[in-house]
Amino acid sequence: MTANRHSRRDFLRQAVATGAGVGALSTGLTPFMAMPVWAKDEPPIGTWPAGSQGGSVFIGISVPRTGTYAVQGEDELKGYQLAIEHINSGHELIKKISPKTTKGVLGKELKFGVADSAAKPNDAVQAQQRFITENKAVMITGGTSSAVAVALNKLAQREKILFVCGISGSNDTTGKDCVRYGFRQNFFGQTAAAAIAPVLVKQFGKNKKVAYMTPDYTYGHTVTKAVQDATKGDGWTTVTNQVSPLGAPDFSSYLLNIANSGAEILINVNWGHDAVLSIQQAKQFGVLDKMKLVVPYQVPFLARETGGLMQGVYAATDYWWTIEDKYPLAKMFNAEFEKKYNYKPEWGAENAYISFAHWAHMVEEAGTFYPPTVIKTYEKGETIPSLVGDVHYRPEDHQCIRPVIIVKGKMQKDMKGKEDYYDIVEIVPGAGLMQKPDAFGCKLGDYT
Amino acid sequence: MFTWANFFSQVFNGLALGALLALISSGLTIIYGTLGVLNLAHGAMFMMGGYAGYVVYDATGSFTLAVAGGALFMLVVGVVMERLIIRHFYHRPHEDQLLVTFGISIVMVEVVRLIFTSLSKTVPPPPLLAGITSLGVTFYPTYRIAVVGIVAVALLVLYFILYRTKLGMIVRAGIEDSEMVDSLGIDVYRVFMIVFGIGAMAAGFSGIVNAPVVSLTPDVGEAILVQTFVVVVIGGVGSFPGAVLGGLIAGEIISITSMINPAYAYIMLFAAMTLVLVLRPYGLLGVRGRE
Repeated sequence: MTANRHSRRDFLRQAVATGAGVGALSTGLTPFMAMPVWAKDEPPIGTWPAGSQGGSVFIGISVPRTGTYAVQGEDELKGYQLAIEHINSGHELIKKISPKTTKGVLGKELKFGVADSAAKPNDAVQAQQRFITENKAVMITGGTSSAVAVALNKLAQREKILFVCGISGSNDTTGKDCVRYGFRQNFFGQTAAAAIAPVLVKQFGKNKKVAYMTPDYTYGHTVTKAVQDATKGDGWTTVTNQVSPLGAPDFSSYLLNIANSGAEILINVNWGHDAVLSIQQAKQFGVLDKMKLVVPYQVPFLARETGGLMQGVYAATDYWWTIEDKYPLAKMFNAEFEKKYNYKPEWGAENAYISFAHWAHMVEEAGTFYPPTVIKTYEKGETIPSLVGDVHYRPEDHQCIRPVIIVKGKMQKDMKGKEDYYDIVEIVPGAGLMQKPDAFGCKLGDYT
Repeated sequence: MFTWANFFSQVFNGLALGALLALISSGLTIIYGTLGVLNLAHGAMFMMGGYAGYVVYDATGSFTLAVAGGALFMLVVGVVMERLIIRHFYHRPHEDQLLVTFGISIVMVEVVRLIFTSLSKTVPPPPLLAGITSLGVTFYPTYRIAVVGIVAVALLVLYFILYRTKLGMIVRAGIEDSEMVDSLGIDVYRVFMIVFGIGAMAAGFSGIVNAPVVSLTPDVGEAILVQTFVVVVIGGVGSFPGAVLGGLIAGEIISITSMINPAYAYIMLFAAMTLVLVLRPYGLLGVRGRE
């Protein structure tokens, strides 16, 4: 039954391609420009066509469910699960993002497997390799660590399987470590820094002494450098940069260096539980009484976990639920998420949901799971809906051009509900924040 | 930039950090030093003690009761664990002991995660010890200063029990020749059970005492387990005074190195351990043959 359906689709696709080719030649246009190109021949590549020949397709998901980023990983997983549920049922919200969706993707039910990456590249790669080999995954996804994202980028390119990146803040993910088979929806170091720097200078003034706390891997180093570069022109200087390992059990010695550094502003790039612990300990050491705290890459659940320490703190984020006043799709998403999980979604869930919905959109538009065709559909740079307004993917580096949300922690007395942690300071359009496509050395690699 | 103020701050911080590490390592070294079991569940027991204390604190609002609750809960867990599982592994190879305690640690962590989720929990210090104290060269959290005293008392009590009581004497004799002790009419396995319980209690106690310093997550024991192993190796596996010396050395290495280059703080810790393993495999205060 499924095989027959597939053959019928192949026949139609070839008929359309032939018609498009003939029509285009008669008008002097190349077939590529005239209509979506349906390759006459889609030779086996990656898990194509074996992975999409049945009535369902398989997605491999790897998120940290243990370790420093476990909380964020669970939030991210909920976003994936909701997206899959909505896609399989043909939910109204998915149809607004992917209008051609009926039920499933190209009529095929989505099935998925979940692995705990523990934010470790090796664990993630091994798990996803299993999903590819044993389950013939047509797409792999997940993240919450840029080290994992970069590793999965490489796996995706090698295995010719699409990787729709989860949370990853490093410039490298769509910069020097970009790949043809990888796509990223969420904001990252460069855009975070470019968006928040003017707000910080306006708020705190020029010529400030700054202390940084940096986790010792690609995410930390690129975000710290991006913020340093973005504020250098206004005379902000780095007096100390405290680099710590991921999952450091104690930050006391780093905080003493900061306390004795003469800094006026503390920019904390740590993420996950490292951010929670370092901010709590900064309070214990009196550092937060001496200097202003800034979190350039906001951590989901940070406000909940730090018990009021984010009040008055500026941060950049991918999503905060109160933007629903401006974006109707965000309102729908918030309502659906809260109905299922009993809390307001944070940006891990938002990124998971929307990047998944965008993938469904692209496959439906491509009319095939054949990876090179899906990639080329992304690369058209078509403007598509998201939870934060219209966005598009940049063909040169596969980075989504999307706004960055600047928030400021609300004071207790101003909170209108238990999850009303932030004021939206500004929603900064993405296009002006991005570096030039070749600035971070992206070379995408081959389609086949 | 080097300043004397920062140097003295870091030296003091190394002392406080080292005291905490010594306390956490003590339970590990008690169990290994007396029973010969290398307990990979020590980090999980440390974590579980913290959570047990958190539950008591949440219910009563008393930090003192939380400390007592965390320690006693782990005493009971330790005794049950020894009776049901560990006892069957005393005469099995070390590899089996490592595997079974590793398995127990996974179960403990995931049970706690199931109940409390991964969201961190906070236990504030008692009001008298909250806030910051000026040390002249720097300001330092009052609770951390108090922890140095708490740790000193706790370690002395443990030392007294294990090395200055009849119980301690039986335990040490039992380790040397359990059949001989048995033939004297002493139930040596009952004593082992008590010792394992005391080791677990020490882990639980340090877990809840450490809770106001670090917020609790189910994974809090994992990172600390690695450090405690380093401490025990430096000080001497199974040596109680070695755990104290190793803790202080580790604390100072982390603090002083971070002043020079923070990225190398933990690397230097492992470099020091490597050096000790090469030059003195049984540790600084360890007994030859126990490496």
